[in-house]
Amino acid sequence: MTLLDFARGPALKTAIAIFCLGATWRIVGFVLLRIRRDHSTPRASPLKYIASGLLAIGTRSWPHREFIGRTGPGEALGYSYHIGLFAVVLLFTPHILFLGSLFGFTWPGLPSSVITVISALTITLFAAVLFRRVTNRVMRMLSNFDDYFSWCITMLVMVTGIAATAHIGAPYETLLGIHILSVDALLVWFPFGKLMHAFYIFPSRALNGALLARKGAAS
Amino acid sequence: MPLTEELTVGEALRKAGISRRGFVKYCTAIASAMALPPWMGVAMAEQLRHAARPSVVYLSFQECTGCFESLTRSFSPTIESLIFNVISLDYDDTLMAAAGENAQTALDAAMKANFGKYVLVIDGSIPTGAGGAYCTAGGRSAVDTLREAAQGAAAIVCVGTCSAFGGIPFADPNPTGAWPVSAIVGDKPIINVSGCPPIPEVITGTLLQFVSTGELPDLDEHLRPKAFFGNTIHDRCYRRPFYDEGKFAKSFDDEGARNGWCLYELGCKGPTTHNACATIKWNGGTSFPIESGHGCLGCSEPGFWDKGSFYAAQSSAEWGKAGAASPLRALELGGAAVAVGAVLGVASAGTSRLRQHRTERDAAGSNEKEGQS
Repeated sequence: MTLLDFARGPALKTAIAIFCLGATWRIVGFVLLRIRRDHSTPRASPLKYIASGLLAIGTRSWPHREFIGRTGPGEALGYSYHIGLFAVVLLFTPHILFLGSLFGFTWPGLPSSVITVISALTITLFAAVLFRRVTNRVMRMLSNFDDYFSWCITMLVMVTGIAATAHIGAPYETLLGIHILSVDALLVWFPFGKLMHAFYIFPSRALNGALLARKGAAS
Repeated sequence: MPLTEELTVGEALRKAGISRRGFVKYCTAIASAMALPPWMGVAMAEQLRHAARPSVVYLSFQECTGCFESLTRSFSPTIESLIFNVISLDYDDTLMAAAGENAQTALDAAMKANFGKYVLVIDGSIPTGAGGAYCTAGGRSAVDTLREAAQGAAAIVCVGTCSAFGGIPFADPNPTGAWPVSAIVGDKPIINVSGCPPIPEVITGTLLQFVSTGELPDLDEHLRPKAFFGNTIHDRCYRRPFYDEGKFAKSFDDEGARNGWCLYELGCKGPTTHNACATIKWNGGTSFPIESGHGCLGCSEPGFWDKGSFYAAQSSAEWGKAGAASPLRALELGGAAVAVGAVLGVASAGTSRLRQHRTERDAAGSNEKEGQS
């Protein structure tokens, strides 16, 4: 069995199984957590605080006007590389075919050359994100192993992906094998680290917004 | 077919009316096809002119004769020029007129006369199951014949994926216990000229280079000559620009296929297949499978028959034994994992609630005690 056969065969199956198991475990565990009973009188109707919760998904995803000068550049950086990541993952034809083999349907992709440019930009932005994290004192103090490991594993996927596409450094099948193995590693790590924010980010914003609305506070 | 007179290649060529100049041009063309430096053509011609025609013994085992059929279609050099002018093909049971005991005697004589010097060409895998009974000739099994012939060989050239990597007989479930030559002979230099079949010019070019220089060519990790197997088909494919542009044929008869777009989505194995199909091509440079509208099957790579569907894209996940991507299997696997994850989630939430409940009860109890005191 070659590296590529292993990476997209047993390793991928195991990684997907761990990803599904871990993500479901954490999501179900999160959803079933008990919310401490609030004995105060609700300041808004249930309908209003549900609506406020949904609204908070949007308002909390945009820098607050008062702080835009300070937080805007960081958020712009974050949004840019996330958009780049989504474009590369979802619009590169070999990725579409991979996802098609999982879900049974495909969609149109972007030209490989466009994806290569987007990948290079995304890698640059991702490097800038790390630079910001280590140079900003507050962010550095807030960061732990999880942040750096999640960054490393995501970067590894992107770098091996661009190397495989551009045939840099090793034969294509070796690079493709390493790239898929790095994806396998990311899938295994995903449910147990901060990458789970992909699932948590919007529900937690909605929950915070709803709880604050119930107390009569703006979200 | 054994030689009755010991002619050098130069003498044989003169006898056939071929000038030195013509022979140098011929060798230069071969060197060029193998991406060797131009001076190698002249060196090859000089070396060959003074050398006795090297003895070649060609043995066929568990195979379909497709590789030999391919060899007979070589345009440069042609099989005739190779066996009449350059090599002394002392045994080949497909070409030779002799049969039975006469053939066996010819083989024994060729091996004895050129012991330690002949080039052994093997075509087909070697079945070892049932004591080697799946492939026998003259009462001897393929594995015994190979071991005996390999003893006196200067080098072994494995022609075709069967002898190089086991090929189709070696594929799962390998009912005959087939093996490639390299699994049976470990003490001789081996050159693998893989392909199902190999490109004829690759077979003749490799033989010519070895007999003219007496040295093994640069080989890759699978013992294939780098001159022919150094690049992937994808690297040299004329459809590569369409891959880069993201233009893919979706079926074999759609507009993309008619426009000659990349066959990646239709399962082309060109990106992972090392061979010279896209450059040397077939039938004297007429075409190659991708040019004819079908994706590469990856036939020159080890284990190509067990690498999943020929029509599944390279980046698809491999789910089953046959390797074909199957959403159902993905769903089964994912569904089972989700079910186990849900149970674990319920259990961990339950544990958390119990812990919270216990903490609150303890806190309430201590508050009560404080109130009483």
